[in-house]
Amino acid sequence: MRVLVTGASGLLGGGVATALAARGDDVTVLQRRPSGLGLREVLGEITDPVAVACAAEGCDSVIHLAAKVNVTGRWADYHRINVEGTDTLLAACRDADVSRMVFVSSPSVAHAGSSLVGADAGAADPEHARGHYARSKAMAELKALDADARNDFAVVAIRPHLVWGPGDTQLVERIGRRARAGRLPIIGSGAPLVDTLYIDNAVDAMVAALDQCHEARGRALVVTNGEPRPIGEILSRWALATGAPAPSRHIPSGLARLTGSAVDAVTAVRQRLGHDLLSDPPLTRFLAEQLSTAHWFDQRRTRDALGWSPRISLEEGFPRLAAWYTLHPLP
Amino acid sequence: MVRAVPELPGLDPSWSRRITAPDADGVDRVWHILDTASDDDAPPANGTMLCVHGNPTWSYLWRRFLDAARPGWRVIAVDQLGMGYSEDPSGTLESPRTLAQRVDDLSRLTDALALTGPVVAVGHDWGGIVASGWALRHRDQLAGLVLANTAVHHDFSHGIPKPLRPARAMAALTCVRTSMFVRAATALSGSRIPRDIRDAFSAPYPDAADRRFVGQFVADIPAEPSHPSRAALDEIAVGLTGLEVPTLLMRGAADPVFSEDHFRDLQARLPGADLQRYEGASHLVTEDAPRSAEDTWNWVADRIESPAPELSPTPSSAPAETTDLAWSELLRRAAGTPDALAVVEVANGRRLSFAQLEADIALVGAGLVASGVEPGQRVALLVPPGIDLTVALYACWRIGAVVVVADAGLGPRGMRRALRGAGIDHVIGIGKGLAAVALLGVPGRRILVEGPTSALGSLVRRPGIWGPVHVADTLDGVRLMGADAPTPPLPPVDAEAAVLFTSGATGPAKGVVYRSDQIRAQAGHIKAIYNLSDHDAFVAAFAPFALYGPAMGVASAVPDMDVTSPSTLTATGLAEAVSAAGATTVFASPSSLRNVVATAPSLSTGQRDTLSGVRVAMSAGAPIPVPLLESVQMVLPNAELHTPYGMTECLAVSDITLAGLQAAGAGNGVCVGRPLAGVEVSIAPLPQDPSQPDGDPTKDPDVTGEIIVAAAHVKDHYDQLWATQRASSRDGDSHRTGDVGHLDTEGRLWVEGRRQHVVHAASGPLTPVALELALQAIPGIRDAAIVGVGPEGTQAVVAIMIVNDANGEPVKRRCGSVLAGRPLSRAVRMAAAEVSRQPIAAVLTTSAFPVDVRHQSKVDRARLAQWATGVLAGGPVGTP
Repeated sequence: MRVLVTGASGLLGGGVATALAARGDDVTVLQRRPSGLGLREVLGEITDPVAVACAAEGCDSVIHLAAKVNVTGRWADYHRINVEGTDTLLAACRDADVSRMVFVSSPSVAHAGSSLVGADAGAADPEHARGHYARSKAMAELKALDADARNDFAVVAIRPHLVWGPGDTQLVERIGRRARAGRLPIIGSGAPLVDTLYIDNAVDAMVAALDQCHEARGRALVVTNGEPRPIGEILSRWALATGAPAPSRHIPSGLARLTGSAVDAVTAVRQRLGHDLLSDPPLTRFLAEQLSTAHWFDQRRTRDALGWSPRISLEEGFPRLAAWYTLHPLP
Repeated sequence: MVRAVPELPGLDPSWSRRITAPDADGVDRVWHILDTASDDDAPPANGTMLCVHGNPTWSYLWRRFLDAARPGWRVIAVDQLGMGYSEDPSGTLESPRTLAQRVDDLSRLTDALALTGPVVAVGHDWGGIVASGWALRHRDQLAGLVLANTAVHHDFSHGIPKPLRPARAMAALTCVRTSMFVRAATALSGSRIPRDIRDAFSAPYPDAADRRFVGQFVADIPAEPSHPSRAALDEIAVGLTGLEVPTLLMRGAADPVFSEDHFRDLQARLPGADLQRYEGASHLVTEDAPRSAEDTWNWVADRIESPAPELSPTPSSAPAETTDLAWSELLRRAAGTPDALAVVEVANGRRLSFAQLEADIALVGAGLVASGVEPGQRVALLVPPGIDLTVALYACWRIGAVVVVADAGLGPRGMRRALRGAGIDHVIGIGKGLAAVALLGVPGRRILVEGPTSALGSLVRRPGIWGPVHVADTLDGVRLMGADAPTPPLPPVDAEAAVLFTSGATGPAKGVVYRSDQIRAQAGHIKAIYNLSDHDAFVAAFAPFALYGPAMGVASAVPDMDVTSPSTLTATGLAEAVSAAGATTVFASPSSLRNVVATAPSLSTGQRDTLSGVRVAMSAGAPIPVPLLESVQMVLPNAELHTPYGMTECLAVSDITLAGLQAAGAGNGVCVGRPLAGVEVSIAPLPQDPSQPDGDPTKDPDVTGEIIVAAAHVKDHYDQLWATQRASSRDGDSHRTGDVGHLDTEGRLWVEGRRQHVVHAASGPLTPVALELALQAIPGIRDAAIVGVGPEGTQAVVAIMIVNDANGEPVKRRCGSVLAGRPLSRAVRMAAAEVSRQPIAAVLTTSAFPVDVRHQSKVDRARLAQWATGVLAGGPVGTP
């Protein structure tokens, strides 16, 4: 198989590209900065038609991970990268006769704020999705799945939920640093059940989705470890794995949401005033909701459709994470 | 005015149609109906269900019945004229549209619909009366009748039902000018009906003009003898009496408008009717008990599509031989060893020999008949175990009356529900019992058992209708009457004999009906398990078994204890009872045995000797831990210790001894031993996916599923629970226990929990007991429960733990620490991994579990699961 992986500089994208190459696929990666993966590489923006066409040239399959994923930022940026970028890629796929695409999405495209308890994937819903990221991804997913309906180009949308593991510089590392600084409170009881996905399982699921693309085409599938855990426990285990102490401070969830709303407002004003926010604000309302409500999913259909199941359980994953941080201490 | 039908939840717009038909006055009116067929469709293969709503609802009431229609059936639900979206006929509040007109209207509509095939008429509230009127006019095509929360007869001398009084007195204000009455219909159900559904019920009635006929329906209640609808109502009531067509009477038991009396009246008119009560459901039974639609269709399938061959419903032949009677052993002992001890009450030294007992039973039986108790009538017994209860019980059986036994363990609410719903004709009780039933509003004639003086007893002691609880007779008065009365005829061997109640630990207590021959079989089993002979005697510290003494022909001693509180049995009390009857056997419960062990140090040497003469001891009522049994062995050194497994619906299924338990060791669940001789146990395998049906019942080892029991002493049926009975006996002549478990390779049965407590995880069903036993064994753990949260089929497994502090007391949970700490959750996950491959999603802690009222031991897992669900979704923590 000749596969294009977009956004290969991230934890998941890099993992997927490496795994495909390791099994003998001919892999091309596309991202803005060199990935260091040692694979055929095209550097460029996902919104640049020339770079994208160049990358897609000769490929029969695409795994599309490139996206703007923060929780803050201007809508225009999200729209350009996530929506228009997908358009650009879809056009390139058409021109290059690509026959399958795995569109990497997010469970948040279909859900708005409320608790998710053993939830189904649900249809992407840009109107109700919360935040710029979820809304733009919802629009992009609809476009991608719509492209599936039209010709023999098969598209499946995969929505991993909270990918973590060794090498993650985003989620786990930030949690560890905050915990070390004593700035990681548990919101509310810390009990809400949350699904996560260990990196190796996420990579396997992407590869499986590529292989099962024609069988699962047109569908959106949430992918998780299928082991929901209380959010407080997850955060503690991550913090401990990085060598930081487990969080012990609780703040009431109502207060957290209020704080989040205030932060949202301040952030919006600062952006309006032209401040470039280099770092993400400490707590947005979206994040406060994510951390104080349940988010876990029914995995039966996903596992059925992909013929995949997680190899690494949470209890195997946490020690691996800790082992990695022993070799790579938090900066 | 004819409005368009808006889009409403649960309503398929394609059902909605309009049809013109002349009304009772010959004027063409446009009806709105819901109809699963269209004019072009061929006539349905089986027939049509014709549904008629009451006031102030509309055809929307029946949407689930349309949705659940079986193949071959057409369902038509009408909006009565002036109601819902049908056109207004003539009528005013002063001269409302009458019942007779309503029946005419409906008949002309069905003519216009050319409804010629078989019809099942279905009605709710006032619609039940209209449907009945229609049914009586169309007997040739009437295939069945289903009536829900309605009445065809009311004793208007007592006024109209209270909730209707303001509506009747101020119809213009409450029903027409304001939407008070329309809103009240759904408000009776409390908050159970979601807002959008409540809005849908009142959708056709936004303005006073739309509510004119809501008021007229109320005005058409024929409260006055001269009311024009009185004659029509009487005619329907008379017509319904003895109507021979399959009939289902449903009742939302919490209805304040249509009472138990109305329900009994319908039963009396339609004695062959199937009954289905929905405890907790109110007037709008189809809303409060949505399963009523499915139940009705199941009933249609069983009773109308493929009616079972009619078994002679009321066998009337008296037994040829007295040896077939439930108490034939008593007769044998009374004849053979008349002076041998039959029963002794240790507390007061009262003793009766078999001959005396038999004579007293005969005397009281004859007296009961003389005082007005008829065969088949229901008699509630509120007498503590002892001689009086034994005599009253067997006297009732002797004359073919049905005893209803509801113990205080059900709690006041449960008892009220059970006794009011059971259709009690007479109550035999001690003063306290009669005072209680008076407070609970239980109907029936009262017969006082004069026990030792108590304040309450003396209060109600005075017979005569002026006494506070209307005592009609005393048991001694009944004896006097019996002395001069003729010997009543013996009842049939398979006469209904008893209604017992389930514990109510998993939903409202269900009445379980036993026939006389089943009681006989039950007593025979108990006698056989414990090898009882004429030379034995037993101590009856476990209430239900106390009553079997006469039926087994074995002497019994009632120990000096408060039987409603088992833990009041002391070691000394037990020794005294053993010595009073020369007992060889002890029947007790785990909590009484626990107290016997605790009080054993105070035994004298002589008492210890007495207890060492006990050869069998049995613990029933709840599972008993092996360590407790081992301690009991110290007190009863020569006794073989047994514990039976059974349920109200089948009092003994299997039995195991302490030695058997020790040999079985640990396993998936609790070992309850091999099924008794004559008891067939099979397992209906749990499906991997809970939406699928169970597998075929099997006796293969190590298959987990619902335990099915077949035996001569399995219950006859559930009382007034047609659908529940159908579900429980769906494997033929047997009983689905609601317990899950498996048989092992040695034929032993293991109980793995209650079916409704099975966690349906993505990897398949998980039964809780083995996991809980493993978690309870973790050092420092006081108790552990396993529940599932999330949708069935993908549930997450949650362990809820109570931790002991250094003093052995439950640790009070600190605010904000509902999640178990790291060491505990690690210990729980490790222990769980030993017995189950299903990972534990969360480990929560609390300081007490909610438990059932009766045993104070069965954990209310439904409540626990609900609590865990809330907490794990991010809700407030609170307490379970």
